[in-house]
Amino acid sequence: MSPEFVYVALLLGVLLVLAVPTGRYIAKVFSGERTPLTPLLRPIEKRFYSLLGIDENKEMSWKTYASALIAFNILSVIAVFLLQEAQGWLPLNPQGFGPVRWDTAVNTAISFVTNTNWQAYSGEQTMSYLTQMLGLTVQNFLSGAVGIAAAIAVIRGFIRKNTATIGNFWVDLTRSVLYLLLPLAIIWALVFASQGVVQTLGPYVAAQTPDSGEQLIAVGPTASQDAIKFLGTNGGGFFNVNSAHPFENPTPLTDSLQVLGMLLIAASLPFALGAMLKNRGQGRAIFASMMVLYLAGLGVALWSETNGNPLLDHLGVAGGINLEGKETRFGIVPTVLFAESTTVTSDGGVDGMHDSFLPLTGLVLLFNMAIGEVIFGGVGVGLIGMIFYAIMTMFIAGLMIGRTPELFGKKLEPSEMIMAVIGLLAPSVTLLLLATLAVVLPAGLFSLNNAGPHGLSEIIYAFASACGNNGSAFAGLNANTIFYNMTTALGMLVGRFATILPALAIAGSLAQKKIVPFSAATLPVAHPLFVVMLVGTVIIVGALTFFPVFVLGPILEHMLLGAGRTF
Amino acid sequence: MHINTSNLWQSDLMKQAIKDSIPKLDPRTLWRNPVMFAVEMGAILTTMITARDIIAGGNFGFDVQISIWLWFTILFANFAEALAEGRGRAQAENLRQARSEAIANRLLNDGSTEQVSALELRKGDLVLAKDGEIIPSDGEIVNGVALVDESAITGESAPVVREAGGDRCGVTGGTRVLSGQIKVNITVDPGETFLDKMIGMVESAKRQKTPNEKALEIMLIGLTGLFIVVVISLEAFAGYMGLLVSVPVLVALLVCLMPTTIGGLLPAIGIAGMDRLLSHNVIAMSGRAVEASGDVDVVLMDKTGTITLGNRMATEFIPAVGVTREELAVNAMLSSLADETPEGRSIVDLSKSLLSIRGRDIRPAEGSTFIPFTAETRMSGIDMGGREIRKGAHDSIEEYVKSKGGKMPEDIRVAVDSIAKDGGTPLVVSDGIRVLGAIRLKDVLKENIKERISRLRTVGIRSVMITGDNPITAAAIAAEAGIDDFIGQARPEAKLEAIQKYQQDGHLVAMIGDGTNDAPALAQADVAVAMNAGTQAAREAANMVDLDSNPAKLLDIVEIGKQILITRGALTTFSVANDVSKYFAILPAIFAIAYPSLNVLNIMQLATPTSAVLSAIIFNAIIIPMLIPLALRGVRYQPTSVTSLLTRNLLIYGLGGLIVPFVGIKMIDMLVVLLHLE
Repeated sequence: MSPEFVYVALLLGVLLVLAVPTGRYIAKVFSGERTPLTPLLRPIEKRFYSLLGIDENKEMSWKTYASALIAFNILSVIAVFLLQEAQGWLPLNPQGFGPVRWDTAVNTAISFVTNTNWQAYSGEQTMSYLTQMLGLTVQNFLSGAVGIAAAIAVIRGFIRKNTATIGNFWVDLTRSVLYLLLPLAIIWALVFASQGVVQTLGPYVAAQTPDSGEQLIAVGPTASQDAIKFLGTNGGGFFNVNSAHPFENPTPLTDSLQVLGMLLIAASLPFALGAMLKNRGQGRAIFASMMVLYLAGLGVALWSETNGNPLLDHLGVAGGINLEGKETRFGIVPTVLFAESTTVTSDGGVDGMHDSFLPLTGLVLLFNMAIGEVIFGGVGVGLIGMIFYAIMTMFIAGLMIGRTPELFGKKLEPSEMIMAVIGLLAPSVTLLLLATLAVVLPAGLFSLNNAGPHGLSEIIYAFASACGNNGSAFAGLNANTIFYNMTTALGMLVGRFATILPALAIAGSLAQKKIVPFSAATLPVAHPLFVVMLVGTVIIVGALTFFPVFVLGPILEHMLLGAGRTF
Repeated sequence: MHINTSNLWQSDLMKQAIKDSIPKLDPRTLWRNPVMFAVEMGAILTTMITARDIIAGGNFGFDVQISIWLWFTILFANFAEALAEGRGRAQAENLRQARSEAIANRLLNDGSTEQVSALELRKGDLVLAKDGEIIPSDGEIVNGVALVDESAITGESAPVVREAGGDRCGVTGGTRVLSGQIKVNITVDPGETFLDKMIGMVESAKRQKTPNEKALEIMLIGLTGLFIVVVISLEAFAGYMGLLVSVPVLVALLVCLMPTTIGGLLPAIGIAGMDRLLSHNVIAMSGRAVEASGDVDVVLMDKTGTITLGNRMATEFIPAVGVTREELAVNAMLSSLADETPEGRSIVDLSKSLLSIRGRDIRPAEGSTFIPFTAETRMSGIDMGGREIRKGAHDSIEEYVKSKGGKMPEDIRVAVDSIAKDGGTPLVVSDGIRVLGAIRLKDVLKENIKERISRLRTVGIRSVMITGDNPITAAAIAAEAGIDDFIGQARPEAKLEAIQKYQQDGHLVAMIGDGTNDAPALAQADVAVAMNAGTQAAREAANMVDLDSNPAKLLDIVEIGKQILITRGALTTFSVANDVSKYFAILPAIFAIAYPSLNVLNIMQLATPTSAVLSAIIFNAIIIPMLIPLALRGVRYQPTSVTSLLTRNLLIYGLGGLIVPFVGIKMIDMLVVLLHLE
């Protein structure tokens, strides 16, 4: 086995070893049980509640929970927007950046609040340190925490019975940040800084280039933003080129920690689900389904990239290896691993150019995002999305064994089905409709740099990224226009809230139901058959929705590439 | 009443169904089925374009064919529904006729009777029915006994006894009195009789969609909406790539992708399920109850009548030391001659066969006196020729013998204990102060009950037996029948309490009952089946009525409930799995003209783009009538573990659903080319 594959196996092994205890830790934190960090953090938590007048024992119905969540997010969008517009008059702006263009500012505010971190702007040329830290990094924590809180509320819907409440949003939010994101971010940031990720509030550094030119080297408080960028599956880079920048991702160790960071919490949540359901097998089955899909995508992408580009092969270049757009410091396999991980987790940070991958790799990345970011997915929302798919799966599977369907002991009835259908289909439908607008309207086509199938892939990628709340870009598309800023912002909103709100509604409805005890007549979730069906459902729903556009985009490009045409 | 699946394609039913499928095209009725409604909108659009082409003199051959097949898709779905409705209605029609012709003898206050039509009877009316007359409406016998032929309702030719008082007083309108005269208190108003309910259930107007059907429909609507967007966006993306896709082709693709197979057959599955229940002589008051029966995981059963034959039977004579088996048998028989209880008769039967005198009439000597059973003495017997032969419970016989100066022999004491331990009931026979021996009375299990209960266990249903017997007896019978749990020495309210306890633990409980004191438990149970012969209170509390009054019927109901759900799930899976092949048929047809390299997707090697689209839409249409028998009969259901059941159905309907259309579309394509339709 080549050392590169050993690296992949090792990294995923470490992920597994860390995810299981992290999952149990998460379950304890949100069940209010004692954890090793409790003595340290509990006083701070209590202090915080008393300061803000939050009654931590007050339970919320799903509607109250959802209202609190929405109100919080609206305030967040407004705050981030105003911060960008006012940054010129505020401190910590050594480069003296002026107000951000309104449409870019709206897009960015929505982008960071929805955990997308789609960046229409170029960070080092647009945002002051204050905006980056107080606006963007703070949202990196909060948007991740909102997702985790929502997932926990959904889990409560399954474990509670005969009650109308699903927890307290403010408590869940606080605990997500305090017990989970902050401690992990501190560890990650320290390691990053030790590896050479820059962390300074000083101005950009002027350097003398060998040909006597003057170059301004952008620096800033990067390490602190970088840690949460991955742990919270945010992905918004400090610098425009994100983790392909040596100051954001200097060494192989940081590269692997970044991959690990974006997968960690999302991969822990299925185990948290298992722990809270008091049925670890069910959590493992959800994790296994995600892992199977993850490995399948990784396999296809690696196969495609290591096979190389037939055109380069004909030219006799580098044995046909497609190194364009790869992070050459790390090599093909780590770059593909990074790309696969960043698209499945809705992180969106990149250490290579996704635009430059071969068409089939691009197809995998598109698929990962278009199915709704459920392969680990964004922190919290990935699990939620997978639960939507599980509802569909168990509905059909339940029928096929002759029982009215149930999942984790809760009966699935019309109200759950409506919400699961909305949660599952609204982002896909929005993606297709926005992409349709983009290829029909001149404003959409105007931004394209590439023609033909590749251009189509770029447009689809942009909206898949927005609707999946991923935030990575295929590039090759000038997205900083009013049209794209507005349409992607809409996509991000739908992708985020058409997932979270239906999920909370499901939680509210499930919490009121009794729990059907497990018996020989119940279809076991902790069973390979369930994993096969769930994986099959994700692939079939994704394929049926996107097959036509994939055929016209990446598949056609792949065919034409074989025939010697590029775009 | 028995529906024979072989007459599924009865020609008159078929003709009627074909006729009925036309009016169902009306969009105002079709919108109840959103998937088919969407197909109709597509068909109308395509037809309008075709008409425009014809008027404009363009090339319309292809569009005409697409339009025709779209209309056929809807007609096939309508036909499936009409056929299912027709089959139920045909049975209901016969019954309705029988009922409307009936004449009632209504009892007036002054004691005289007047003849009125059965349809005029109201709740509280008293009617008389005697030999040869039809009982005009549902009610309870308040006076008299009658032998009733219920075959009109149950299809069972053996007549049944119905009598006032007790739990067998219920009579159903439309049945015939063979002998006897009864006074019946009518318990329903016109339009609410069982016949009316039966008719209502099979006529879809009154059929409410069950929650499960609604949930599935939401999913199908979601998929339909998704595919509409997919097709609209496809047009835009194709336009971007310099391709123009005609509207009929887009509509064809859309209809192929939409879950038309399940959408078209969904109503038929539900109606056919109710029909199947009816063919088992069960009337369900709601489809919801039928589906819930598929979920039942605890079944409460009365011991007597459900698990065991009604009565205990003598199975063995155990003589005391120094007594021959024959002597014991003769005396046991003598003591039971006047005992008309089933137990007594079974003792006589056993004695006769033991003494090889079966068939001969045995009479006690002249001047004998029968001593009847009383609750105080708890024994019965005969005094003849100075002998006092007694038979009864062991403790009362012991007391009796002791009072006369005798005593219970030790070996009989042992025998009695061992009989009781095995779940039997011991009786002891004495002659004067001599104890002759013991009789073993045993509950006899009904035929097949053990097998049925093990089938229940295979599908994950716990069986719970309720009996008034002591726990030892109950345990022995439970063990013999393979029952999971039992409630012994049950008081009348024990059933209700047991159901509530199981429900609190989240179980779905089914129960069968007939008596008035069962009514609260029936009302509490999730699936409650009342015997048709039971009291009105029981029938009203239940959500199903078994016309045969056969308590073992619950197992059939559970299986039918499961079958309905399985059929729904299987056809949905099949329908969605079909879509894969349709993409592979239609997408290359649309794209490969401009981009020949995409012809690799044409893995079926379909002849031309037109033949490909036509084949896909034809396959999509004709798969509906081809699956009608499956929808009406239901997917075969065999009790087995859930995982093997699921695996099997996934292989057949999932994998099969992927593969079958590839073959089917290819064959149709060859036919289309052969007939030059492309």
